[in-house]
Amino acid sequence: MSVQVSPIDEVKTTPWSGGRSPFNVEYGKMMMWFFLLSDAFTFSSLLIAYGALRFSSSSWPAPDLVFQSVPGLLDSGAPLVFVGLMTFILILSSVTMVLAVEAGHRMAKKEVLWWMVATIIGGFTFLGCQALEWSHLHHEGFWWGHIPTAEELKHVFNGGNEATYATYAQQFANLFFTITGFHGFHVFSGVIINIIITINVLAGTYQKRGSYLMIEKVGLYWHFVDLVWVFVFTFFYLV
Amino acid sequence: MSSESTEVHHEEHGEGMTRKKIVQIFLVLLGITVVEFIIALWLVPKGHIPLHWANPIYIVLTLFKAFYIVAYFMHLKFEKIGMALSIIVPILFIIGLILVLTNESHYWVDLRPKV
Repeated sequence: MSVQVSPIDEVKTTPWSGGRSPFNVEYGKMMMWFFLLSDAFTFSSLLIAYGALRFSSSSWPAPDLVFQSVPGLLDSGAPLVFVGLMTFILILSSVTMVLAVEAGHRMAKKEVLWWMVATIIGGFTFLGCQALEWSHLHHEGFWWGHIPTAEELKHVFNGGNEATYATYAQQFANLFFTITGFHGFHVFSGVIINIIITINVLAGTYQKRGSYLMIEKVGLYWHFVDLVWVFVFTFFYLV
Repeated sequence: MSSESTEVHHEEHGEGMTRKKIVQIFLVLLGITVVEFIIALWLVPKGHIPLHWANPIYIVLTLFKAFYIVAYFMHLKFEKIGMALSIIVPILFIIGLILVLTNESHYWVDLRPKV
């Protein structure tokens, strides 16, 4: 006597029928993605607040007038050149990070090590550039709660009511230092995490574990930092 | 089911990002940034493009850069579609906040010092 198997009794093998990981992604990597999503909310709140304050202002410090120095070389006359260099460095360090991930897939310990070192150097160079940028603006008189004198402010505005310059310059200074500071803090954390991971690579932790998945996870964080900079760059330096 | 099927399969992650592809994406990102600089330093100051056109162009180019970083460098394009959607769909909230606050900022104009 044959038993008819009804369709409901068949073992289902689709991704969502249980017994397997439907996203086909390791737990830590998925959690890194969700952390980055929450971080994206934080950064977009800051940037959207900046945008809203700026749109409601009748004038605003012009980026190519505020940022026209290359610290150590030129005091003025080179608008956006230095920040262009910073953007290039950060994109480049993102590339060396993907190359580290790619080498990790091939289990090539030495290559992972050197690409990670290159990424860390890129991160430190970016932080150094940002420190120069900050100290330059600080010497010009911009800081949280501080702005240059009314006479000097005329050089960073492209028209508008002069009586309102002080208000908008102060908002610009507060937002600039808060947002680039928060981003710089992320870069700094990223560099520290990269150093820890590099030490683990050197110690052969991932070779023993049989996978360089940790490189992918810190890689995600590092690319996110680059991603945020792309937006900070557009909204502070270009728009 | 056997325990094997619960393991994450890595072979699928290998697809996509070869070194050649990485260099290609890097050149795309670099190219977009160079275009932004050409607009900011030559086209706008020389008056070839009015400023109110330049800003939307910057934002579109930035979104392109963001797409290339997230899709290729962060590998999201090669993940399972459910994984990708669970990251991308919540971004709608950010678009909502942009719409709300840009609308709100029109009213802030009246609250500003008139001096």
